[in-house]
Order: sequence, then structure tokens, then C-alpha cells
Amino acid sequence: MSNATASSTTDPGTDTTNVADRDKARRWREGGSEPLLRVRDLRVTFQRQGAEPFEAVQGVSFDVHPGQTVGLVGESGCGKSVTSLAIMGLLPERGNKVSGTVDYEGTNLLELSDQQMRDKRGKDIAMVFQDPLSSLNPVIPIGLQVTEVLERHRGMSRKAATPVARELLDRVGIPDPDRRLRDYPHQLSGGMRQRALIAIALACQPRLLIADEPTTALDVTIQAQILALLKELVEETGTALVMITHDLGVVAGLCDEVNVLYGGRIVERGDRHDLFAQPRHPYTNGLLASIPRMDAPRGQRLVPIPGSVSDNLPWTSACAFAPRCSQPIEVCTQKMPELEEHHQRALRCFNPVEVSR
Amino acid sequence: MTPSPMDPRPNAKKDRIDSLAQTAGGSGATATAVKDVHVGAAGKVKDTGGVSLIASAWSRLRRNPVFLIGAAITVVFVLLALFAPLIAPHDASKRLPQLLENLTPGNIPGPMSGSPLGSDEFGRDLLSRLIVGARQTLIVGVFATLFGLTGGIALGTLAGAFGGWVDSLVMRVVDVMLSVPSLLLAVSIAALAPKPSQWTVIIAIATVQVPIFARLLRGSMLAQRGSDHVLAARALGVKQSSIVFRHMLPNSLGPVIVQSTLVLATSIIDAAALSFLGLGNPDDRQPEWGQMLGAAQGLIQDYPHLAFYPAACIIVVALGFTLMGESLREALDPKSRR
Repeated sequence: MSNATASSTTDPGTDTTNVADRDKARRWREGGSEPLLRVRDLRVTFQRQGAEPFEAVQGVSFDVHPGQTVGLVGESGCGKSVTSLAIMGLLPERGNKVSGTVDYEGTNLLELSDQQMRDKRGKDIAMVFQDPLSSLNPVIPIGLQVTEVLERHRGMSRKAATPVARELLDRVGIPDPDRRLRDYPHQLSGGMRQRALIAIALACQPRLLIADEPTTALDVTIQAQILALLKELVEETGTALVMITHDLGVVAGLCDEVNVLYGGRIVERGDRHDLFAQPRHPYTNGLLASIPRMDAPRGQRLVPIPGSVSDNLPWTSACAFAPRCSQPIEVCTQKMPELEEHHQRALRCFNPVEVSR
Repeated sequence: MTPSPMDPRPNAKKDRIDSLAQTAGGSGATATAVKDVHVGAAGKVKDTGGVSLIASAWSRLRRNPVFLIGAAITVVFVLLALFAPLIAPHDASKRLPQLLENLTPGNIPGPMSGSPLGSDEFGRDLLSRLIVGARQTLIVGVFATLFGLTGGIALGTLAGAFGGWVDSLVMRVVDVMLSVPSLLLAVSIAALAPKPSQWTVIIAIATVQVPIFARLLRGSMLAQRGSDHVLAARALGVKQSSIVFRHMLPNSLGPVIVQSTLVLATSIIDAAALSFLGLGNPDDRQPEWGQMLGAAQGLIQDYPHLAFYPAACIIVVALGFTLMGESLREALDPKSRR
């Protein structure tokens, strides 16, 4: 399993851009800037009558600095999307309990009123969702859906907003934007719909964009285009991006810092280069090892992580990942490992993977 | 379907409306997906939206004999109603001398030249009265449905948009209204009016339709509330009113509009029933089928045709609307597509 070096996933070392990336990342970590978003001990509990309350997010903390791209990675059900919805204040009030703090430029978003939060959403923080078809209103033209946000947050008239909308569509690479403004979502291809959604999300130049698996519903070539577009736009506008994904390839290409989630808690965090080069948590390691590789000999089988996400132990009394772990030790099933920070990385594991170099 | 006005099982009625709403709720996404396929199959993208959905529905309807029969009946009926005074051979409110000649206490003249269906009990031309009656029937049916639709949309939007206690309150009221058999409710409301007229009939029937539309709309609004594009709109901080009126309501209206063609049939039957019971317009110079049927009641032993013709008109027109509505619903419902 020690073959999970970075050589095939990313290309570190001599590449100068990567060196620049690292410098950037270090600057963020060494406190060069105040974090834009500071999530501390975020907990989300689903409470339903007649059922045990279920804690989907169990004390997640992370920072996002201005202009930084942070990845939240994990498999289905690990709490990625719930985390993002909780930050946006979009979880239905009934049946959900959200606690902790979500500081955005010093304001705790969780304490804002509905109205205040509505003023922030779309203007300061925007979100791009997974399925571009169902995230667009099927009965009104794309143009109206773009101008709607401009009218709402920038106080523009429909007339003034239209050329801006046209520009936005043009910026996200939609050809013939004048015509597309009048088109309905079903007349656009999947990739174009996602471009339109990105245009809508970035319409008011938010400082933070949360992208919840923005490429999952697209095919591979379009995925690459959309990711390139996101990266370009984020760098150009200085928007911070929280990228939620289960796709490590996306993380490798885009994120400055990566948080790996398992069972509602962060199990490992690090700079993407370090993390890919030396995964310390067996889960991260397993995820990396399970990726098909171009340079693997023909016929070599993929290495899956055994079991499924439902084979969990409760975090309170053990390591949730222990039943699926490749190298559990006795203590793993007896108490919970804490998230320990060292050397600009964080790790929640009693028996981490040996450093290979 | 046979919308029995005296449905003894209000629960069955509720279930049916709910299931309708459910199929419709899912149709938001599926319908557009189907639209997409259709656009792809046609090989070109049309410039206006929605056309492809209607076009695909139309291509199915065009070959559906049930729809064609229903539509033919409806078109003939609407044309008759619109141009009634031009089409009717005589003035429906005047007694014709040629018929009066033969009208004695023991004899109502039958078909003769210039009066193909003969006379009614007062010596007026029966055919002309039937044709002019179509107009009254259409007015009552359309207005009752329109008012019912308006009320239903208002209540359904209220319940679906706010949810919570508003939803509970509105829906309990709607449940109470649905629990009373619809014709009984209509009769009670019409009987409250101090002076019966065409409008009391319209209001009575509209009131009965309100809960049906309200429940249907509320169901699809709730489905829309959980939909991704509404979540996306909320994530953009769009105002609550815009979310309701721009994002939820237009996506929920489809099933309600289709239901209204079915409700038109019920309205026509109910209107006839109220007039038959003497709760309609008492002025028989303005003929109405139910009222004609009521007047023929006493003569049915000797002159059954006086009752037969208006009854047949009511049945055929109601059938026409029902056939058309059902096939429309089927064509627009992605789940029942073959």
C-alpha cells in the first residue's frame, strides 16, 4: 500500500507552479490573513419523532482563507453535503439541530435571522449544486434566472441586469449568450447548464463559493472543462472555494487544502501535496489506493476499502473506521482517537500509516 | 372515470386527488427530461420553451381516438354555444304561432317542418331552446370552474407556500369541505341565496370545486418545495415571494390545469342538477338544460322526448369533456406514457 506516492496523482517536485502553490498554502497557514470562514465544532443532528437522534456532522472544524480552495472529501453519507447546507443555513429548521459556530468575516452565520441570512446568501456566499438540470427552474428562461439574483442583491432593474447577465454567460464560456438568455434549461446541454449555474452563483461576486459535487452529474470531458472553469474563475476573482467531492482527482487538480471526512468527522487534513504524497490515515490511504492507475500493470485488481459506510462504530466509544481499517490495533475499538495537529497537518488515528520516505 | 356527484366515500375522493398530485409532483423533473429526449430526437432545438412538451403530448393525442372523440364533442358544443343565436332556427324565448296552433292541453306537437324536434310544453321550438341552452351550460360550467380554480389556487398556494400551521389549518378546512358530498354541499349553498339565479349556481358549484383544486395544488407545491431548483433559489437568497410565485407555483400548475377540464364536466352535471332542482335561474325564457329537464319531469309519461333531449345533451357534453380531460392528463403525465 506504500505505492501511494504522489507521482501519478499530482506532479510535485520540479514544477515551479507547485512550489508557488506551496508557498501560498504556507502563507495561509502561518496566519498571513484572517480566515474568511472559520467553522468550529459544527454539529448537525437529525431528530425525528420516534427515532434515535442521528448526529450526521460531529464537530467539524476548518478554516477557509480568502482566495483559498478547500476540499471536503469523503464517501456518500460522511456528512459533506450536510456540512455545506448547515453553513448556508439551508437545512430545514424542523428535525435538525445545528450547533457550533460558522464565522464568516467575524459574524456567526448560525446566529443570523432568516432575513439576514437571505441577504447574505447569493451575495456573500453562493453555492453550486450537484445536478445542473434539477437545480435550474424548468419553466423560466436562463436569463431571468441570472437577472433575478442581480435584481435581488445588487438592486438592478431587469433592464440593467440583462447585459450583465449576458456578460456572465459569456464569461463562463456559453456560446451565443444572447440567444441562451432566452433559452429554457431543457434546451441546454448538461455542461452548459452547469456553466449557467456557475454564472448565477458568481453573479454577485461572492467572496465564498461552495460547490457541492459540481461535476458528479457530468461526463468526464465536461467535468474537466467545468473544473478548469471553476479554477480559472476562482483565481481571477479571488473567490474562496469550498469544494465538496468524493472524487480525489478533483481534489488533486483544484484544492489547496484537503479535509478528509469519515462518519461526520474530519479524520485527516493537510496540504494537497503532502496529503497525496504521504497519506497518514488508513482511510485516506485506502481511498488513494483504490483509484485506478494508468501505470499499474495490466490485469492488476483495484484495491477497495472493505465494507461500506454503514459498517461504523460510534465515534464516541471507538474509531468509526476501525471495522474497515487495514491495520486496526486494540485501542481502536476501545476509545475515540482525537484530531491531533502536527506539522501543519491534522490526523485522527491511533495507528497511522508509516511514512514511506 | 365517472365523477359521481354523490360520492359516498369522501376518503376515496381525497386519495384520488392526492395520488394525482403525487404523479404530478414527480412530473416536474421527469417531464423536462422527457422534453429533452424529444428535443434530441427531433434533432433541433426550438426557440421557445414548453413547445416540445406540448408537441410531444400532441403527437400522442393526435392518434388517440378517445381524445379525438372528446375534442370533437367539445368543439361542436363550444361552437354551438358561441353562435347559438345565429344557429338556432327560432327565438328560444318566443312561442311560435305554428306550434301554438296545435298546442292543446292534451297534445304537444311533435316534429314538423321548420321545427325538427317539435314544441316544448309552451309552444316554443325545442331545438332552438336546446341550442341556446348550450350557451347557458357553457357559461355556468366555465365560470364555476374558473372561480373554483381561482379559489383553489389561492388556498393551495397559501398552504403549499407557508406549510406548518397555515398548511394544517387550510387543509383541515378543505378536508371538511371534501367530507360533505359535493352535490349536497352545492345544493346547500345554492339554497342559501335569497333569489336563485344563474350566478348562485355558479358560486355554489365553484365553492364545491375549491377544495379539489386546493388539495391538488398543495400536493404539487409541497413536492416543488423539496425540489433542487427551489433549494438552489434559496441558496441564492431569492425572496420568499419570488420563490413561491416564480419558482414553485408555475411548476405546480400543470396537473391543476388538466384537472380543470375534468372538473368542467362535473360542473356541467352539477349545474344541470341544481337547475333541475329549481335552484337555478327561475326565468325559463333563458333555457338551460337542467331546467328544461326539470320542467319535463311531469310530462315524462306522455312526452318522454322532452326529457330525453336535454338529458342526452348533458350526458354527451359531460362525456366529451371527461374524455378530453382524461386523455390530456394521460398525455401530459410522464408515468402513464407508453
